[in-house]
Amino acid sequence: MYGLIDCNNFYASCERLFQPKLQHRPIVVLSNNDGCIVARSDEAKKLGIAMGTPYFQAKDLIRHHNVAVFSSNYALYGDISARVMTTLASFSPDIEIYSIDEAFLDFSALKNIDYENMASQIRKTVLQHVGIPVSAGIARTRTLAKLANKISKTSKNGYCVIASDQEINETLKKSDISDIWGIGKRSEIRLRRHGIHTLTKLCETRDSAIRKILGVTGLRTVYELRGISAVPEEEICSSSRKSICCSRSFRNNIFILNDLKEAISHYTCNALEKMRTEARTAGTITVFLNFRNEENPVRGLFNSITANLPVPSNANPDFLHLATAAVEKLYRRGYAYKSAGILLSNLGTNTSYQADFFQEETPYKTQHLLQTLDKLNSKYGRGTVHYAAEGTAKPWTMKQTRRSPRYTTCWEELLNMDTWDGKNEINYHGKSFANRVCSD
Amino acid sequence: MSAESVAAGFPSPAEGYIEKHLDLNEHLIEHPSATFFVKASGESMIGAGIFPGDLLIVDRALNPVNGSVIIAVIDGEFTVKRLHIAKENIELLPENRSFKPIPITEDTDFQIWGVVAHCVHALQKQNGKR
Repeated sequence: MYGLIDCNNFYASCERLFQPKLQHRPIVVLSNNDGCIVARSDEAKKLGIAMGTPYFQAKDLIRHHNVAVFSSNYALYGDISARVMTTLASFSPDIEIYSIDEAFLDFSALKNIDYENMASQIRKTVLQHVGIPVSAGIARTRTLAKLANKISKTSKNGYCVIASDQEINETLKKSDISDIWGIGKRSEIRLRRHGIHTLTKLCETRDSAIRKILGVTGLRTVYELRGISAVPEEEICSSSRKSICCSRSFRNNIFILNDLKEAISHYTCNALEKMRTEARTAGTITVFLNFRNEENPVRGLFNSITANLPVPSNANPDFLHLATAAVEKLYRRGYAYKSAGILLSNLGTNTSYQADFFQEETPYKTQHLLQTLDKLNSKYGRGTVHYAAEGTAKPWTMKQTRRSPRYTTCWEELLNMDTWDGKNEINYHGKSFANRVCSD
Repeated sequence: MSAESVAAGFPSPAEGYIEKHLDLNEHLIEHPSATFFVKASGESMIGAGIFPGDLLIVDRALNPVNGSVIIAVIDGEFTVKRLHIAKENIELLPENRSFKPIPITEDTDFQIWGVVAHCVHALQKQNGKR
């Protein structure tokens, strides 16, 4: 059985943990140049603020509804993410990080589990220990677990378990093809053209027909929907709006540092390649390791290190030396490493100027110009060619005006207590009390 | 937890003899992923040894019981108090005569953020820090 656990409104939840006053207020978080909205709380979603909206476009809506606005606080999000993953790892010896706020747990090594209870425990524990609400979907395969997770988001208790064949069939009847991880819009159109409109029909269709319509990966997805695990043990390289992740479980445990370094370098390069095809940059890399615990084989051990780049980049050398240094720091001799991976976050687009600068120009000219710029910069080094408008100050340092304190990674920015006392005069007898509230 | 007992690869014969350095993290932090550091800033808990500016080590994995010093959130604001759970009621008690106890009723917007496990009080100012 697999569990797919993901955090609800992760960035917004991180902010709320340290500013509980925001519990019911809509929140948006801006990308690393304060350009676009990269995360929203449920309330902000309901207001119709779309993902990726440029901030200036949403300003009126934000002001009108008193939406709290934050600049991305990657130091905080990365730290909280590591805490969530470490907590999840205690529920199973096999954890696969999928993105900065979601992971698969493989429960096959565990026996006699009450999965409903497990899901409930996972939610309670992560909420209590780390303060982040999560949704849990548990099912026989990863694809079904993803579906269960989707369903859990609208369920009362925040989790969903699909265990028996009957439960699988009922769930598939109630779900659409578009709900399935691994079947994109184009595949859905192809299926409908062949007369397959429901998941039940899809599962009943002959394998050879499925392979013709969806290819081998599509066939694997259908096997998973039928309840048979079919995702191969290869590298997982996944990309989302918030992060790009590349990792793998090792067939044989790794003990030697150099082998780990090689594996991590490999995943770093793959993740960066993927990122470049998406024309994005990253400012942060996290290296994580999952290792075996002899004392207690039922619980996994997980450790990670996050490194921030001085300037967001998409070039291999900038990341590789940080990644290998991180592995060296994490590595301990004598441990059996079962899986490793890297996570790229603090993502931005691969441009170094504001988009509206080009409003006068034709789209073709702009594209061509961008490509030439990138080619030159990648050939001769970043900054070879840049715009006079950029100046010498790096654009990305100019914004970030609304970043919350780095509560968990910076001594000078710790959370301050007793803001309640400072605001409740009735609590004292006569002593004056300078209001020490530092932020509002 | 010593490195030896979790080794699953090549145990070194020397491991039992290598002296470790004493690590405060090991001593003070029982649940690393649930432990947060916050700064005390009020005078309401001086009687418990918590002074303004002290570093509080908060462990969210600990279950609060009667008598625990907790970080509470009341109406969205933080406060450090001692939790008092009696048969009929719950109260947050200060440890400073200038402060009054805070009753917690069904209507109070109240949650427990974490249990304060340790308080670090500096007796001397460190150069250039905090």
